[in-house]
Amino acid sequence: MSVSASPGQPREARDTFGFWRRSFAMLLKEFIQLRRDRVSFAMIVMIPVMQLMLFGYAINTTPRNLPSAVLLQEDTDVGRSILKAMENTAYFRFTREVHTVEEFDNLLQSGKVLFGVEIPRGFERAVRRGDKPALLVAADATDPVAAGSALGALGTLVQTALQHDLHTGDPPDPPFEIRTHARYNPAASSRLNIVPGLLGTILTMTMLIFTALSVTREIERGTMESLLSMPIKPVEVMFGKIVPYVLVGFIQATLIIGIGVLLFGVPILGSVLMLAVLSTLFITTNLSIGYTFSTIVQNQLQAMQLSMMFFLPSILLSGFMFPFAGMPVWAQYLGEGLPLTHYIRIVRAIMLKGATIENLQYDTIALIALMLLAMTIAVTRFRRTLD
Amino acid sequence: MTGVSPSIAADIAIDVEGLTKSFGGRTVVQNLSMQVRRGTIYGFLGPNGSGKTTTIRMLCGLLTPDSGTGTCLGYDILRDADKIKLRVGYMTQRFSLYQDLSVRENLEFVARLYGLPNPRRAARDMIERLGLSGREEQLAGELSGGWKQRLALGACTLPSPQLLLLDEPTAGVDPKARRDFWNEIHALAAEGLTVLVSTHYMDEAERCHEIAYIAYGNLLAHGTVEEVIANSSLSTWNVTGDLNGLAAELTGKPGVDMVAPFGTSLHVSGRDEAALEASIAPYRASDHWHWQKTAPSLEDVFIDLMSRSKDNFQ
Repeated sequence: MSVSASPGQPREARDTFGFWRRSFAMLLKEFIQLRRDRVSFAMIVMIPVMQLMLFGYAINTTPRNLPSAVLLQEDTDVGRSILKAMENTAYFRFTREVHTVEEFDNLLQSGKVLFGVEIPRGFERAVRRGDKPALLVAADATDPVAAGSALGALGTLVQTALQHDLHTGDPPDPPFEIRTHARYNPAASSRLNIVPGLLGTILTMTMLIFTALSVTREIERGTMESLLSMPIKPVEVMFGKIVPYVLVGFIQATLIIGIGVLLFGVPILGSVLMLAVLSTLFITTNLSIGYTFSTIVQNQLQAMQLSMMFFLPSILLSGFMFPFAGMPVWAQYLGEGLPLTHYIRIVRAIMLKGATIENLQYDTIALIALMLLAMTIAVTRFRRTLD
Repeated sequence: MTGVSPSIAADIAIDVEGLTKSFGGRTVVQNLSMQVRRGTIYGFLGPNGSGKTTTIRMLCGLLTPDSGTGTCLGYDILRDADKIKLRVGYMTQRFSLYQDLSVRENLEFVARLYGLPNPRRAARDMIERLGLSGREEQLAGELSGGWKQRLALGACTLPSPQLLLLDEPTAGVDPKARRDFWNEIHALAAEGLTVLVSTHYMDEAERCHEIAYIAYGNLLAHGTVEEVIANSSLSTWNVTGDLNGLAAELTGKPGVDMVAPFGTSLHVSGRDEAALEASIAPYRASDHWHWQKTAPSLEDVFIDLMSRSKDNFQ
């Protein structure tokens, strides 16, 4: 039983289809390994679903029963009725009753309550006299979505709250006015921004980690030594390792957009095809960056850390969490270097504004440039020897 | 190392001169020159950390030598790494195929990378030849040590290489599997394949056509087993009888460089024949023991080389 005579001779490394053949061998191998890696496979589906459910619902559904405080300067039927009416909207739940302005401010500042209502001294008398006194509602607007809907519900409240107490029939003018004061963050941003932002964020995180581990894993498992002793080139290894995950990323993107449209009612005003093409570009860019990381680091732990170091500024400086235009100039420059910044613009523009490719030229070119830069670094950094 | 005439070069698989490699200031291989003729099984011996693996890696382009030149199958080891890789099968010391791929998938992957015309058939044929039929869908990581070694050999012979580099291929493999393995190596060599194999086992060294002994980065001896023993200038006496306490008594006497028990006998060796004989003369006169001059074993020679190289290089 000898292992000698083999069918066929190996081909020279520079034969016509060599590049495609070896890249294909590599990507086929990656697919098989991916299929066998149950944990990663579960992550592909679970990360987008869980994140979207958690983030999406936490941010998107109208929050109810928000803890509120009341500063009662006088205890009267009118005051009680207004508070009752507020609780009836289901947005407010009065958990604290305070008697000084300091306590009131402190509760809001510490985040123990999201709203504070002040019923001033002489309020009932003023109402009965028809003076239309003001009721102060202070809101913690650091989470604009949470504050916004509750404050919106106050509008109708002034009309109805005191109908029973005053017996004035149906007065044309409300008997008092509500003065709202949105503290800490007066400018609220749109809820629809969240899903497009999450799409890019989730893709960044998952894609980055998938390829950031790919080369270091081969080194740590010792398979790199075999691989390097075989006739394969750095660029072929890279394509073989990136392509399977482009498909994975595409599935994730479809999943996220599907959930966004079906469960959160986010519209897609622009071209779905363009969204798909540019999403694939964004996915490939992230995979290239992750792959670049894996050619730089020494082990899988470092790869994870580097990915996180890239991921955090992506979240903070891309316009996902804070309005891009509101950032200082240096931060905006940093943000321009992050793929997520461009992708969030692209997705918001396509989904919410129905933008065309002419509107998105700059961001598309930026994504392509970042991808090519990462790939170039990866191919030059890839160590062909064990030196 | 380009001064070799083509007719000789065609006959020589590995021809390197002055290979030197250091890692972080520590010289692992120093000024190593060697020639391996085509079709021979060349044993590469030496203690742990002596530079065997590093030398093998330099030969197949996995490491770049700091200095030195050479050819592997006629291709320059510095410039033509791609061509060498296509024609050399390298079996790593640690199992380095994909543990999470099956036997068949691993072989198909290798076949595709080397561009074999029909990867599926090549893998199937190799599975049959390796006697792995019925295990082709088993994951490589689940195979036993012996089967892993067989699969690794199969993978590196799949693309019909002209040179096999085997780095301690039989470490941790049972004697039966080792014998089968060596039978295969000899069958491959008979067909013209050159094999460079590193090992720690003396019986394996004796199965090689030629051997080289490397310690602390230096090539200390090379040639056939007989030549290496003959060139050792070691005198060895075989002692039988009541050996109790004799070894301790002899150790350290002038001329006695080595005392090693071999079952019911003792090997007493020294490089200085006269000094050795003077020291053992009183013991030879006694009828407690039976003394007989013998040829040193390969192991005696290697232990001697090793202790001498320690003197020289440490």
